Amino acid sequence: MKYQPGYIKVALPKGRSLSATANLLNEAALEFDGYSHKTRQYRLQSVRFPYLSAKVFQDKDIPVQVAIGNYDLGICGLDWIEELQVRYPASALVTISSLNCGEGSIYLAAAYHAGMPGLDKFLAQPNNWRIVSEYPNLAQALALSLRLKRFKIFPVWGAAEAYPPENADLAILWARNENEIEAHGLVPVMKLLSVDAFLIANRERLENENLSQILSCLSPRLASRPSPDKEWPREGFLSLKPLTLAQSKLSTLRKPIAALSQWQEKAIKLALPDGHQKTPTSQLLEQVGFNIQEYSGKTVNRRPSPNLDWLGIKVIRPQDMPLQVANGNFDLAITGKDWLLEHLYRFPLSPVRELLELGFGKVKIVAAVSRDLPADSINELKLLAQGGRFAPLRVASEYVNIADKYLRDNHIGPCKLVPTWGASEAFLPEDADLLIDNAQTGKTLAEHNLKIIDVLLTSTACLIGNKDSLDSCDKRERIEFITQTLQRGLS
Amino acid sequence: MENTKCKGMRDLLPSDMRRFRLIEEAFRTSCLKYNYQEVRTPTLEYLHLFTATGTLTPSMLGKIYSFLDWDGWSGERVVLRPDGTIPVVRLCIDSLSEHETARLFYVTNIFAFEETGKKNRERWQCGAEFLGGTKLAADAEIISLAREVVRKLGLGDIRLQLSHAGLVKALVKELKLSPSEEAKVLSRVLDGDWQVLEEATSANAELGKFLYPLLNLKGKSGGFLQNVKALSLQASPSFKASLEDFITITTLLDSLKCNYEIDMSAIRSFEYYTGVCFQLLDNGEKLGGGGRYDDLIPLMSNKNIPACGFALYVDPIAKLLPWEDKEKFGILITGTQPSPEIVKACFTLAQSLRDAKHVAEVDFITRDPSDYRWVISVSEEEPTRFTVTDCKQKQQQTVASLTEVLSIVGG
Repeated sequence: MKYQPGYIKVALPKGRSLSATANLLNEAALEFDGYSHKTRQYRLQSVRFPYLSAKVFQDKDIPVQVAIGNYDLGICGLDWIEELQVRYPASALVTISSLNCGEGSIYLAAAYHAGMPGLDKFLAQPNNWRIVSEYPNLAQALALSLRLKRFKIFPVWGAAEAYPPENADLAILWARNENEIEAHGLVPVMKLLSVDAFLIANRERLENENLSQILSCLSPRLASRPSPDKEWPREGFLSLKPLTLAQSKLSTLRKPIAALSQWQEKAIKLALPDGHQKTPTSQLLEQVGFNIQEYSGKTVNRRPSPNLDWLGIKVIRPQDMPLQVANGNFDLAITGKDWLLEHLYRFPLSPVRELLELGFGKVKIVAAVSRDLPADSINELKLLAQGGRFAPLRVASEYVNIADKYLRDNHIGPCKLVPTWGASEAFLPEDADLLIDNAQTGKTLAEHNLKIIDVLLTSTACLIGNKDSLDSCDKRERIEFITQTLQRGLS
Repeated sequence: MENTKCKGMRDLLPSDMRRFRLIEEAFRTSCLKYNYQEVRTPTLEYLHLFTATGTLTPSMLGKIYSFLDWDGWSGERVVLRPDGTIPVVRLCIDSLSEHETARLFYVTNIFAFEETGKKNRERWQCGAEFLGGTKLAADAEIISLAREVVRKLGLGDIRLQLSHAGLVKALVKELKLSPSEEAKVLSRVLDGDWQVLEEATSANAELGKFLYPLLNLKGKSGGFLQNVKALSLQASPSFKASLEDFITITTLLDSLKCNYEIDMSAIRSFEYYTGVCFQLLDNGEKLGGGGRYDDLIPLMSNKNIPACGFALYVDPIAKLLPWEDKEKFGILITGTQPSPEIVKACFTLAQSLRDAKHVAEVDFITRDPSDYRWVISVSEEEPTRFTVTDCKQKQQQTVASLTEVLSIVGG
């Protein structure tokens, strides 16, 4: 959707903000056909205004899309707005106002620690703080603001609550309320912001275009309180008050400390995937005789118990596993080869190795473009790019490092790489020219009028391990046992 | 294809580099005469080097270029050097710890994000650090060295402003705030927001007595600080100690006939400074600054070594230097035609001139003679092989030999 004067484009959220946003739009007489949980439509047309259209994105993608000018207006949670703004304060994103709907807050949480909850003393400890978060930019800003003397940030795709205390000291995460944080066995140390839905706009469009008809529909819904630009976090996190913890809850929160010592005693630490790879992984493990309680069910237990007393298991996102194995938080993990390569292209000296191909979860990583584009190969696309067809070529991908290497290897430039967090096929053709994504059958791509012009690699699930663990006398034998057992299941 | 440089980055053109080298040369010569030794630190450092001491404000740290290196899977971030002093202190701790004192200087670039991209995000500075020196003498030495460089560059009326970081920190302590509130007020003061200090002290009459003159008046001698001392009899011992330190250094500068202005609120970003600090100004433009930072080395190494230093900022100083060389000194050698014989003769002549310490350039394209001191045209015709043009005197003569050419242009 190239920009057309008089035509207004809005980015709307899917996921947890969808229902509240749909209700709000209905109340504001701004309904869009098909904007509900039931449909999988990405492109929507306004019921009332013929010049108004919308596209549905992951919450996290919306501030970026509005900031780069692909959309005039957007509605999304304050968490992702601040995640962008705190890192890129000069972006063309204007936060207009809260829409008085939304859910939950972003918290700084820690594993229970002796001396808590005195925040000043707690954070003044000479630790090399390990901070895990889906919000790495907020995490860095917070760490600098709290003047942590040394820290490491582990950006994760999700399941941040699974990391402390064994693999992280602090987590910055979304939760409905403090009770939910405590239910994870964590102490909510600080509430960083409430995740209200906010109306955002592209600065240039707001300055130059007449968006008044749409804004006046939304105006009665806008909060009268000042925008976050005047509140948080411009004055710094130091202005936030630490949360106080009821002493009665401390006994329940001490449990993870016991779990920490148990975890440390385990000779081998294994990460298992949640999401799509969970079922085939659990079937394989069962087939070879690994009895892992509370892994195969629908509910996610992040710390399931295996029938081997020397094995510690955690369930995390497959995307995050290579980094966690590289860091030595886990010796082994079952993930996809795509995510292993995504990691290795970014960190070529990483100690992570593929130990065993597991065969299931087969996908191809492909380069795809719109069927309307006169290019059937990457070379033809390159010629179009050299001829000035794109200014510059916009590339959408969940696999930023694989895409980056592919573009480098094929000498494609200039281009802009737009990171996405799912549903990447919806970006073409309006918001990107080239897609680097995974495809099982290619059916979804075809449904979106896309064609594959190159196959970068084929990926299946695999067992990965840390080279240093393999070199360790204490671990080698047990790692070989697990590898060989899984191998028998495959044959 | 559009070739553009990164936002906030700057090319240094030949005229910029001429001025850059002038500043560098004046700085290097002065430092070497004071027996300072040159060092160079890497562009990349670990982020924790700058966070570990807790001396840089979150606002300053929020502008650093930080990223994960190719082996940064552990989450350990690296940064493009945001500050000149801390890496030199690290170098000293790493490699020169056996020396009791170290006088070091460097010419380096530092990187800080600037939102608009209209100002430079990469800035060059000339810095000197004196580690382990005797306090009073070292303070006077670095101020003297900084002024010496400015004098050598022929810059006119440069103002020296003095402040005292220890005094400001003691002042914030007088407010008796909680640790987090104190950190917040100090951060704002370090970022240049002095209003916060005046607001916080408005209810405290005792503090108000000496805060007003200290923050709003510009003292020109140690006497001004003696007046403040008389008004602050009830102040804390740490405030009094810092004030006494400040009085001692200003009294020394008075006796050395060094003009200065005491302006507590003029100096900002004195993040790791603990004692006297100063800045050099030309019409309000900051040309450099420095001060005493006695806590930095103990925080980084547990060694109790006092230190002080300064940096001069190349960009604003360069703006004050002449844009073009008044004197043309180069020699252009050209030929009537680019035949092998004539090119060879031109090269031979050029080498002889270079050996005689001239700057010589061979070119067969028509050039503007006013860009050169001499133009020598070479032909195959004997005995008028060399036509020598004096571009300054507007005279021309023809000669037959190389020796004759050299005797005309000198050498």
